[in-house]
Amino acid sequence: NQNYKGHGSSKGKEREQRALIRFKTTLSNTLTDVLRNRPGWVEVKDEGEWDFYWCDVSWLRENFDHTYMDEHVRISHFRNHYELTRKNYMVKNLKRFRKQLEREAGRLEAAKCDFFPKTFEMPCEYHLFVEEFRKNPGITWIMKPVARSQGKGIFLFRRLKDVMDWRKGTAGRRLASLEAQPARNTVNPSSSHDTRGSDDQKDDMPVENYVAQRYIENPYLIGGRKFDLRVYVLVMSYLPLRAWLYRDGFARFSNTRFTLNSIDDQYVHLTNVAVQKTSPDYHPKKGCKWMLQRFRQYLASRHGPEAVEALFRDMDNIFVRSLQSVHKVIISDKHCFELYGYDILIDEDLKPWLLEVNASPSLTASSQEDYELKTCLLEDTLHVVDMEGRLTGREKRVGGFDLMWNDGPVSREDGAPDTSGTGNSVTNTHLGCINNRKEQLRQLFCSLQVQKKASS
Amino acid sequence: NQASLQRPEIKLESLKEDIKEFFKISGWEKKLQNAVYSELSVFPLPSHPAAPPEHLKEPLVYMRKAQGSWEKRILKSLNSMCTELSIPLARKRPVGEQKELLNKWNEMGTDEPDLSLFRPVYAPKDFLEVLINLRNPNYENGDSLSFRTHLGLIQVPLKVKDIPELKECFAELGLNTGQLGIDDSTQVPPELFENEHVRIGQKVLAEQDSAAAQQYVRQGSPTALRAELWALILNISSQPEDILYYEQLKTNVIQHDLLVDSLIYKDVKLTASNDDYYFVFEDYLYQVLLCFSRDTSVLSHFAYNSASPPKSYIRGKLGLEEYAVFYPPNGVIPFHGFSMYVAPLCFLYHEPYKLYQIFREMYVRFFFRLHSISSHPSGIVSLCLLFETLLQTYLPQLFYHLREIGAQPLRISFKWMVRAFSGYLATDQLLLLWDRILGYNSLEILAVLAAAVFAFRAVNLMEVTSLAAAEAVLADLSTLKVMPLLQIFLFATVT
Repeated sequence: NQNYKGHGSSKGKEREQRALIRFKTTLSNTLTDVLRNRPGWVEVKDEGEWDFYWCDVSWLRENFDHTYMDEHVRISHFRNHYELTRKNYMVKNLKRFRKQLEREAGRLEAAKCDFFPKTFEMPCEYHLFVEEFRKNPGITWIMKPVARSQGKGIFLFRRLKDVMDWRKGTAGRRLASLEAQPARNTVNPSSSHDTRGSDDQKDDMPVENYVAQRYIENPYLIGGRKFDLRVYVLVMSYLPLRAWLYRDGFARFSNTRFTLNSIDDQYVHLTNVAVQKTSPDYHPKKGCKWMLQRFRQYLASRHGPEAVEALFRDMDNIFVRSLQSVHKVIISDKHCFELYGYDILIDEDLKPWLLEVNASPSLTASSQEDYELKTCLLEDTLHVVDMEGRLTGREKRVGGFDLMWNDGPVSREDGAPDTSGTGNSVTNTHLGCINNRKEQLRQLFCSLQVQKKASS
Repeated sequence: NQASLQRPEIKLESLKEDIKEFFKISGWEKKLQNAVYSELSVFPLPSHPAAPPEHLKEPLVYMRKAQGSWEKRILKSLNSMCTELSIPLARKRPVGEQKELLNKWNEMGTDEPDLSLFRPVYAPKDFLEVLINLRNPNYENGDSLSFRTHLGLIQVPLKVKDIPELKECFAELGLNTGQLGIDDSTQVPPELFENEHVRIGQKVLAEQDSAAAQQYVRQGSPTALRAELWALILNISSQPEDILYYEQLKTNVIQHDLLVDSLIYKDVKLTASNDDYYFVFEDYLYQVLLCFSRDTSVLSHFAYNSASPPKSYIRGKLGLEEYAVFYPPNGVIPFHGFSMYVAPLCFLYHEPYKLYQIFREMYVRFFFRLHSISSHPSGIVSLCLLFETLLQTYLPQLFYHLREIGAQPLRISFKWMVRAFSGYLATDQLLLLWDRILGYNSLEILAVLAAAVFAFRAVNLMEVTSLAAAEAVLADLSTLKVMPLLQIFLFATVT
């Protein structure tokens, strides 16, 4: 019965109990508070040896390949996470996965991957983009740099002329030089991408790729404002795929009212807190976030519980399929785990769209409530990573995390999967639901202690 | 009309029966019943035919007098602000300004007028001071303290219920009755209560029966049905004339600028906009409150409100009744926190005219009682007294302790009750509480909840040694679950 598959790397072997866990981190925000407050964890700096490193991606890129790690050591990123988190790679992986699904399971199954707005990589797919552009005159497109975050470098456009003008600018000139080289996807037909190739083509010109994506013109509005959802997914391994979904998250509101009249006003369209902070309307006290529980309740009072359940099931689908599309491509090193921040946009038909996946979601708190959310999120992440070796590996819930995928769907019920009327089992996800994590953790650790005593 | 009476189907003999039958089939009978029920809920019981209209507003003279002087103070404050800032109480907008406002109607929150010179006309704590000084001149307390002496701030002898009476009154909140807010929690299988309750709710809505809906929501309203149920209880159905009326109010707003508008802006910016959850609905709040202050139909509620609308006179015609106008047109001067009455409703209603109607009805049925001085059992004075009496009777140690350290409990709980807990509780909990206000057609539950909160945090409160520390213990109510608190306080505490 797959519900009893272990999810820890212990695989029956007794995990070594360490007296002290040495951690290292370069970040200085909520994370350091959580790490420093964790009993039995000590911080090492500079060149000291560590058991746990919450690193940033640039360190990873430079050092991972020549860093030896003992079996018990854990690090907070996968080597080639960018297969999921760089917009152009993610699109490619998803497209490929979709084709495979269509071949194996038919159109209907493949259609479940249609949660990503039509995207074209620039410049190599420029001509494909123009074709699509001409087929849909008058719609709005959004141009995004693949690797930048916090809303930088993004703009909206409706006319090809705007794209031409942009190409003539600095960003475009760099792209033009890229265009002169053979398109990478013909040279490298295999699915994975080598970082080295994409990041430093020419040593003196940092190259930036863009994607042109169909802009969702009918977002769901609350109070006349656009918003997106930030959801946290923790992946403990890719082969086999094991992923946890955190119950809490938030909806980030744009500070101004939504209108398609002013596509130049990025404050209207971009909901990133970093962008909103620069808006003249921004008042830091306001915070412009709703916790997911509040969002879920609001939707339920507007559309009824069934519609809300359908929406959240569709979101589960996004998380699982996006991970499935890269699970054979990402190097599944047992030392690695990763906490992703998914950005989801809901349209007015209550369909969720995947905007992007972040490998380094912001851990800085914008308010007291935000601080609490991120503290609990990180504490529970560390519980799941389980450096202390307390878990049995058969848990389906740890604090606010629910085991969403364990080399197969995880159902809510124990024993045989519960089949609802539609024939789909009810998955073990509780996004936006009550998060009584303190209680659950207390019960969990109590019973683990009891089990341990019984077996010793 | 005459022509239709000529039609062959109409038989004079059976006309009465036919009309009755027609009413039943077309649903009009139900609508009439609902309308009558609605009137009954709002208007006080029939009284002595010789009783003057003031008695309908407020039977006790000393209360009327106190309300009168309070109103004079408010008006004086408003007028002096007006003079100080040299801003007229009302002015017609130039055409350009009208156009601009019309364009911005859906995003008035983006406007940032300079409001620094405006102050709220009064805040709840100012009103509390007035209530503390209320005295019945016909009542002699005597100087000697006895066990009957009321140790709280309110010193007027109004009758309030004790726990046995409250248990009877709020019988449906008892331990053996299913409740939303308790019996729909995740650990309870929905087959035990929730599913059936939802089914009944759907039936009530299908029948369109106001009285049944009111009875039903005593056990809480399912999230998906709440908007419709409340509309049914309040007898709001948005007819074309209602929509037109709202549009007319909107036109009034566009054409004329009132001084109170700035007060409304300021209140929204200070309270709702700063709230972690209601900030999203800022624009709706302006759309409702600006129209509300121009709605003269609200004046009719002053027939049963102890308050009276402030009168202003056209310049130079002071005292001449023909030149008297009510100011603002609806007679209601907003105070600090007023916008919080509207904010939770934005969760349920999304068309401005619907939101408007619901708010207006809630105001003229309930909210007005929270800031006018009267002897009504749901009036703020009675609520304060009820709160203090419950605490003194059932938590005497706590009450005495807080009094000793200079932290009279009412000083902390007053603001909760004046706002009907809006902005203090989590929204889902607040809506469960307001379900019961509608269900029981009474605000007494606010006082009971306030006492229940103190009971819940009694252990921590016993340890504090100052008012500030007591305030800190009770500063954050956002994690409280309202229904268990109420149930335990009323039905599971040893009395």
